[in-house]
Amino acid sequence: MLDDFLIRALLAGVLVALVAGPFGCFVIWRKMAYFGDTMAHSALLGVTLSLLLEIHPGIGVFLVASLIAISLVLLQQHAALPGDTILGILSHSTLALGLIAIGLMSGNRIDLMSYLFGDVLSVSLEDIQLIGIGAPLALIALVVIWRPLLAGTVNEELAQAESQNPKLAQLCYLLLLAGVIAIAIKIVGILLITALLVIPAATARRWAATPEWMAVLAAGIGVVAVMCGLSASLLADIAAGPAIVVSALVLFLVTTVLPRR
Amino acid sequence: MKKASPTDSPLVEVRDLTVKSQTSTLVDNVSLSVSRGEIVTIVGPNGSGKSTTLKAILGILKPHSGSIHMAGKTRIGYVPQKLEINWSMPLSVHRFMRLTQRHSDDEIDRALAVTDVNHLKKREMTALSGGEFQRVLIARAMASNPDLLVLDEPVQGVDFNAEVDIYRLIAELRDTHRCGVLLVSHDLHIVMAQTDTVVCLNGHVCCSGTPHAVTSSTEFQNLFGVRGAQALAIYQHHHDHSHGPDGQIIPEHDHNHHA
Repeated sequence: MLDDFLIRALLAGVLVALVAGPFGCFVIWRKMAYFGDTMAHSALLGVTLSLLLEIHPGIGVFLVASLIAISLVLLQQHAALPGDTILGILSHSTLALGLIAIGLMSGNRIDLMSYLFGDVLSVSLEDIQLIGIGAPLALIALVVIWRPLLAGTVNEELAQAESQNPKLAQLCYLLLLAGVIAIAIKIVGILLITALLVIPAATARRWAATPEWMAVLAAGIGVVAVMCGLSASLLADIAAGPAIVVSALVLFLVTTVLPRR
Repeated sequence: MKKASPTDSPLVEVRDLTVKSQTSTLVDNVSLSVSRGEIVTIVGPNGSGKSTTLKAILGILKPHSGSIHMAGKTRIGYVPQKLEINWSMPLSVHRFMRLTQRHSDDEIDRALAVTDVNHLKKREMTALSGGEFQRVLIARAMASNPDLLVLDEPVQGVDFNAEVDIYRLIAELRDTHRCGVLLVSHDLHIVMAQTDTVVCLNGHVCCSGTPHAVTSSTEFQNLFGVRGAQALAIYQHHHDHSHGPDGQIIPEHDHNHHA
């Protein structure tokens, strides 16, 4: 069954969307869309690393994105510059560095476009294995750190005073987010990952009464977007990654216009 | 004025607490204690280390030296200073009550009733007024039946009438729940009359004692100026004078507490 490229694409897309929704909720609650963008932009450097070490690109991306996330947190705590300035500096310079590095490394062997905008229709069995293990693990881990992470998102000092250890939860979350980015690259690419995180979550906001429901809804909306995007990609012969993002956008716009109840 | 007599050994005893940042000393040799049934108010100008002292007591900040001793299993209820709920998070009052602990519905109802906000249970946190928000915060802190209630600027963003109500509520909680109360205020005018002990902080403890003793001390008057010091006294005795258009005190009785 997994021999069919379409089945592989659908499976990978659905799994990634299921994880991206709940993680995306925290991205918007914590106002870190730009932060996520910066992590994603560093992914090309991760791809280069993978080529050097001859490992799966996902693993290299995970390592580099984690490193970037942790250094961003440290920089934001200690540097004299405002947080978004630091992100502005790093976001695009890591992307530029990645573009140069990958060019130097591989010559023309690599399809750059597939990293930038995703290539879900070429998901390999190896990719499926990585996503199939990574996605459920990330979701389970998020459930485990849910309470302290949510409490720390509402108010870090409150969470700290009531022994929730929000800083540890935040660190775990960032590492997990690096993992989500690593598995999502194949689906929507470096430049569009933030959309897959943010748009379903933002769509879910209006219809959710609790944070938990918002996470579940965001996952569901992401899945619908992936299915619509893949279908549109097949029917109209358009790039799958952008089609998925545009589907998510359409869902967002339609549900925003709809009257509530 | 009725004063709950502080009993037992202190719930929390802070001795010679010093907290330093990388560049400066935030709090220097502060000692204070809170007993069951006692209300202790920390006052002081901005940057005088009030919040820092609270955070050290709550375990958020590490003391550089000194000791913080809690009696047995002192449970703390904390009302933080600034809490902005991001609109993007759907958070009802009911869900907020269970933010860090798994209270049952009964416990939540009881806690909300304590601060008179049961009717807000289904409301979103972002839709509350300043006064309602603070009452929900206090209810959340009371839900775990704390021995010590710690409040950092509990009347921020609250209009004056609600402010007086909230202070009355805190005094009530002290009486009905027999807890100790430690609160921080930067606004001298509203230090509640029910306070048993005022600790005036300016990096170090510059004076402490009953509100009356503190306001008449020279250290306090040096820190806040005579007028500032009087402002505190005014609140305690607001029934026996009125204000002129410029805020000047016009005594209505012969006696004068500020002499």
